[in-house]
Amino acid sequence: MAGKTQLTREKTAAAWLFLLPMMLILAVVAGWPLLRTIYLGFTDARLSSIASAQWIGFENYLFYLDYGEGDGEWIGLLADPTWWRAVWNTVIFTVISVTLETALGLVVALVLNAEFAGRGFVRAAILVPWAIPTIVSAKMWAWMMNDQFGILNDILVRIGFIGEPIAWTASPDTAMIAVIMVDVWKTTPFMALLILAGLQMVPGDIYEAAKLDGVHPVKTFFKVTLPLIRPAVMVAVIFRALDSLRIFDLIYVLTPGTETTKTMSVYAQEHLFAFDNFAYGSAASTLLFLIIAIITIAYIRIGRLNLGGDK
Amino acid sequence: MARNPLHLLGLWVLIIAIAVFALFPFYYAVITSFKSGSQIFRIDYLPVAFDWDNYINVMTQGSFARNLLNSVLVSAVTVAISLLLAVTAAYALARVRFRGRAVLLFTILSVSMFPQMAVLAGLFEMIRAMGLYNTPFALIFSYMIFTLPFTVWVLTTFMRDLPVELEEAAIVDGAKPWQIIFKVFMPLMWPALVTTGLLAFIAAWNEFLFALTFVSNDSQRTVPVAIALLSGASEQEIPWGPIMAASVIVTVPLIVLVLIFQRKIVAGLTAGAVKG
Repeated sequence: MAGKTQLTREKTAAAWLFLLPMMLILAVVAGWPLLRTIYLGFTDARLSSIASAQWIGFENYLFYLDYGEGDGEWIGLLADPTWWRAVWNTVIFTVISVTLETALGLVVALVLNAEFAGRGFVRAAILVPWAIPTIVSAKMWAWMMNDQFGILNDILVRIGFIGEPIAWTASPDTAMIAVIMVDVWKTTPFMALLILAGLQMVPGDIYEAAKLDGVHPVKTFFKVTLPLIRPAVMVAVIFRALDSLRIFDLIYVLTPGTETTKTMSVYAQEHLFAFDNFAYGSAASTLLFLIIAIITIAYIRIGRLNLGGDK
Repeated sequence: MARNPLHLLGLWVLIIAIAVFALFPFYYAVITSFKSGSQIFRIDYLPVAFDWDNYINVMTQGSFARNLLNSVLVSAVTVAISLLLAVTAAYALARVRFRGRAVLLFTILSVSMFPQMAVLAGLFEMIRAMGLYNTPFALIFSYMIFTLPFTVWVLTTFMRDLPVELEEAAIVDGAKPWQIIFKVFMPLMWPALVTTGLLAFIAAWNEFLFALTFVSNDSQRTVPVAIALLSGASEQEIPWGPIMAASVIVTVPLIVLVLIFQRKIVAGLTAGAVKG
């Protein structure tokens, strides 16, 4: 008995030793920078003078600028309409793109779950958008959506869908549509593959039984298939949503400087590095982190997700 | 599923639509990259030219060749370090019962879902203070934030499923934990290591925000940033030909790798998400 405890203790000690390097690196690369970002949001740091930053409390978040004689205005992140616009853009982008990706991903997964000649080819084909770097997809689509020489306008005009060419990425009205289009193209495969994995765990005899009972396939889908794959879909949705809420690269490259697509990440990055507003940008990053954390926790609670593993 | 001819037709229309939608943008980038001069501004649905000008142009002018090398170096080193640290960590998390394991697993999962923007300011400060700014080390170091949690997580789910008898036999023979990892488990883990490594490599290869922020020198950049910054003198002079050629160059190796390891990748993605 004593030998066993000895062995267990030895094993536990070894385990902590094995975990130590990983934990140290994560603390240095994630934990500390997160704390510093939060701290810098309460200072007056500028890009050139981060080291000499002074604590200024909540001024980056909300501050009443008094002009004297009862005159003044609220400034700071929480009073900035551009920030709230960015929050709104992020939420709209996430809701629309993740909804479309889930719906299309479900369709693609159902198709790939059917038996047909060339299924391997189609499954390989849908991996292509997933494998292409985001920046490359942004450039490829920017070229296809070019207002004068773009093939997308050519196709749409030919089939009579639009009367004249549209400046998809440059025009504020269509910029968000353009961004969503590229995001849906790029990430639907991920959704489809995760949902497909869920579908393949559904035992085949359930469908046989439904068929023998004469249940309509559409009804079978909604009453049998969908409830069974719901956990897989829910997890796929949260992964995609977390990705969308932090979106930066696609928007930065596809629609630079457009108000209607500016998301929280783009807003924060601009203030950090382009506007020399390092402290203000840090405050925006902190708020972004909080908003994403709240949405995630709410989703996990409401969806009663079990992310803890152990099946 | 589809016995009725009308259903069969519907299924095939869907299949073809999916394949065309998935492949067309890349196909169009490829045919554009082989056009030169004013050919580029004519809209063609089929290949009309086979000219290597854009490729020669992008590889010989500017620093793109160097950027490719940087990307290979940064991604390879990032993956090697993450795998090394992840194998031992995954052993501890999957095979040893200790207090705080669940909390640790949850923390790792949370870090993997971190918005990169939340650490950007703090990381920037740290990288400058450590003198890593403008070097590949800044990227290798910062990429650990997403490759490490991911590799640890996937390898843990994989290791959990290995038979316990193997380990017991080794313990009876007096093997130490590190011997168990490298002598007993390693040989069984190659498929998992290849898949996880490949997925981490793709993530590092494609990363943009850190690469844009922590490197400002053209010759030190990685390819995503280099492509994003390829530009002409004005809005009207965007060099679409070279951009498409560069895009094809950075994408083809990934597509080849992904197609070779297709099945394993799907399994790896699923282990990272669904099972997680």
